[in-house]
Amino acid sequence: MDRIPILKLGAALLVTIQVDMHDRLATALEEDLTNKIVAHGSRGVLIDISSLEIVDSFIGRMLDHIAAVSRVLDARTVVVGMRPAVAITLVELGLTLAGVQTALDVERGMELIHADESPVEVVGDDADC
Amino acid sequence: MTLTAEPAPVEVLEIRSSDHVVQVRQRVRARAIEAGLGLVDQTKIVTAASELARNTIDYGGGGTLSIVFVNAELQRGIRLTFEDRGPGIADIDQALKDGYSSGGGLGLGLGGSKRLCNEFHIESHPGVGTRVSIARWK
Repeated sequence: MDRIPILKLGAALLVTIQVDMHDRLATALEEDLTNKIVAHGSRGVLIDISSLEIVDSFIGRMLDHIAAVSRVLDARTVVVGMRPAVAITLVELGLTLAGVQTALDVERGMELIHADESPVEVVGDDADC
Repeated sequence: MTLTAEPAPVEVLEIRSSDHVVQVRQRVRARAIEAGLGLVDQTKIVTAASELARNTIDYGGGGTLSIVFVNAELQRGIRLTFEDRGPGIADIDQALKDGYSSGGGLGLGLGGSKRLCNEFHIESHPGVGTRVSIARWK
């Protein structure tokens, strides 16, 4: 069975959804993600949906579900890269993804996840060096 | 007296499995582009088709989708008709309400699909089956 690759990026996990999701694939992704959150002690999950041409209530429910389970495991879920036409359609469909945080791209999504961490001690000021 | 003939479908697809839902999305997208719909309109009809195709499987036990082009003077687009021979819907008004689901879903499928389209018709008879027809034009 195909599986969606999950990349570890520091304290976060990155998932890029590139294929048209089948039900089985969605279920496998939920399982794999929760296992990896626990295995790596991840603080956040970034889900890049920039190549998804549509998000229907099935995918919406999957995103909500992943976010809810991650939250219980003390990790924050950020969905990034939603296409404008998808956003318009989602709202009209009635899906607001209330339990999911969103960011425009992976970089901003990472910032959201790191915003959760306790402030890191600053040693010197690299920007001015 | 002659009745207006229904245009012959350009395509009929079988909907029995999750793979078919993926196929429905791809074929509806291709036909929507062919009909000249813009990106947002394509996205709306493909999303509605995805919802209804899944309903056809989950509640209707499988069925078919026929695609026809809408080619009226002011309306150019596509019309999709989903048919199943499942148990039917006893209370259509209730099924159209957001948040109502008899199958553990989000309950957005029917009502949501209606909002995404210019035209929406539903006909259902308990014990006979359900036919849902939607259209999107520019």
